[in-house]
Amino acid sequence: MATPLIELRGLEKAYRLGDVDVPVLKGIDMEIHEGTLLALMGPSGGGKSTLMNILGFLDVSTGGQYLLDGRDVTTLSANARADLRNERIGFVFQNFNLLARTSALKNVLMPLEYAKHRKSAREERAWAESLLQRVGLGERMDYQPSQMSGGQQQRVAIARALVNRPKILFADEPTGNLDSKTSEEVLRMFQELNEQEGITIVLVTHSAEVGAFAKEAYHIKDGLIVGGTYTEK
Amino acid sequence: MFLLAQIGSAFVSLRRNVLRSLLTMLGIVIGVAVVITMMEIGAGASKSIQASISNMGTNVLMIWPWATKTAGISSGSGGAVTLTEEDCAAIRAECLAVEAVTPSLSRRGIQAIAGNRNWTPFTVYSGNEDYFTVQSWGTPDSGRYFTAREVRTAACVAVIGQTVKRELFPNEDPVGKDLRLNSVLFRVIGVLPIKGANMMGMDQDDTVIVPWTTMRNRLSRSGGSATGASGASSSSSTESDTSDVYPAVSASTYPEQDSVQAENYLLPVRFNNINQITASAKTAEQVPDAIEQITEVLRRRHGIQPGEEDDFVIRDMSEMLKTMTATSGLMTSLLLIVALLSLVVGGVGIMNIMLVSVTERTREIGLRMAVGARGSRILTQFLTESVLLCLLGGLVGIGVGRLASTIIANVLGWPVSVSLGAILISAGVSAAIGVVFGFYPAWRASRLNPIDALRHE
Ligand SMILES: Nc1ncnc2c1ncn2[C@@H]1O[C@H](COP(=O)(O)OP(=O)(O)OP(=O)(O)O)[C@@H](O)[C@H]1O
Ligand SMILES: [Mg+2]
Repeated sequence: MATPLIELRGLEKAYRLGDVDVPVLKGIDMEIHEGTLLALMGPSGGGKSTLMNILGFLDVSTGGQYLLDGRDVTTLSANARADLRNERIGFVFQNFNLLARTSALKNVLMPLEYAKHRKSAREERAWAESLLQRVGLGERMDYQPSQMSGGQQQRVAIARALVNRPKILFADEPTGNLDSKTSEEVLRMFQELNEQEGITIVLVTHSAEVGAFAKEAYHIKDGLIVGGTYTEK
Repeated sequence: MFLLAQIGSAFVSLRRNVLRSLLTMLGIVIGVAVVITMMEIGAGASKSIQASISNMGTNVLMIWPWATKTAGISSGSGGAVTLTEEDCAAIRAECLAVEAVTPSLSRRGIQAIAGNRNWTPFTVYSGNEDYFTVQSWGTPDSGRYFTAREVRTAACVAVIGQTVKRELFPNEDPVGKDLRLNSVLFRVIGVLPIKGANMMGMDQDDTVIVPWTTMRNRLSRSGGSATGASGASSSSSTESDTSDVYPAVSASTYPEQDSVQAENYLLPVRFNNINQITASAKTAEQVPDAIEQITEVLRRRHGIQPGEEDDFVIRDMSEMLKTMTATSGLMTSLLLIVALLSLVVGGVGIMNIMLVSVTERTREIGLRMAVGARGSRILTQFLTESVLLCLLGGLVGIGVGRLASTIIANVLGWPVSVSLGAILISAGVSAAIGVVFGFYPAWRASRLNPIDALRHE
């Protein structure tokens, strides 16, 4: 079998509160293969977000090993992690996190400011516009976040996550603030991206309905993987 | 390209909060405006000082007799009048760097009467035919200056200044008219051109100039003593112009003669001795040469052995120039310090706002980090914002300052001069303030942990 895109070996994370270490992740073993759509599920406080943040290089583990493409990336410098986030990873957050008073198009373009190899402004713009079209916002590129519905904002956020052509997309409760109809739209979009573009997607959710959209799922409780479902679709 | 993009995005985020950006800039605007205004007023003042000094003649040298020691007893300044007319002639003949030289005597409180008008000119000066060259009076406004012959014969001729002309001959041409100075009858032969006030604010046109021989023979007898001859007063060691401002109240050692005594006892004037010689160097640059040459000539003529002190003192305008420039420089620096302080206050304002902005935009910072911004990029972004803010403030401040000094120039009539240096310095200082006071907030922003920043409420 090919090397997994991501492999975790006994990953641990503890937060330090005052003098005591509070363990949140207590030894996670996990393999994420390229092209999968994975759901991290489990009860609140189980450590899903914590795990996803470590997987996405937003946070660092306090134990265990993290291999990306077979390479050990457990202890990378802050700059190296920033570069990895920029080149390989896209994020979609529960609360959208768009820049206020900034048009949808500018929001989508923002990550490119930090890209190492930049294209011409025209090319970048054309690419961002095509992404917005793709998420169904071709008519609303000049809208600011305050002028858009939650679903529209989340679609802008997805376009933004895609602008760097990432290999992996991390989404933490991407539908948590959306009604069931828009949730489904957004989840279908993830499915499409996964199937058509082959982008690996990791979804964090505690809803079984959302989990049903995934190809496979890990259940996390109290910092440990307590089970997994492998649903070949 | 990168820089441009950086400035562009800094501009965008400043524009997101226009009012706050403007208020933050205000501190810098005021500071820079004050700096510019102060510097322009300062530059104007020193320019006008320079102008009045060169109007006075930067190449003028004054020579006084100085303490002579007889058998080890110092007789004090002017204790023995050792300068003679022959010294004067020798300086003229031998000193190559000297353009012109004249004996100098001046008197105050001489009453001038013409017809039914009378006026007391501030000072009556005297000299030889070269006096006008030495004091750079240029060509006479009308009439002529006195000649060597008139000096030799102690002719009663006078050249009057514009103020005296206005007071005594308001509606007529004074040339050829009679003029009584302390009841001695003079004939006006010329009128001086306008010179205006000197840097002490003294009206240089309020004067009458007569041959020095005439002054000595005819005007020295009655009324106070000639200022140059006030002898023992130590203030005469400074230039005669300073002693004009602070008139030396010479405590005379002997009771003053009353008029009867004065009639009975002729002043024991040693005919050839003079109290002051004024010379002018050919150019301002040649002043040191002239001083050297005059010193050499006088030491030789006075038979002063090597190692012995001079029995005369030579002063030039450069000292006064230095003092005046230093004074105005000091004023400018003081004002500048005040202005710079206000700039610092403005800088603290910038820091305050940038800190607020960092806190307020923590989520944005977190997001930017999440999509791959390195800490250094966050740092430069916030630094660019604060520098841009300060530079914009500085530019507006320069405009406001220029406007203010133009208004001051027009309304108060103060001399003001555009100072390119001040403009460059202000721009530099405001950029520096942007860096210094923007650094801490920017550094704090760059040190944020992306995940904490994203979770920030
Ligand atoms: N910065 C932190 N400092 C201390 N403890 C933290 C911190 N972040 C998270 N925790 C703790 O770690 C545990 C796991 O948190 P995490 O956010 O990963 O849970 P979650 O599975 O995502 O829950 P939810 O479904 O509610 O989002 C929680 O008990 C939480 O209190
Ligand atoms: Mg969570």
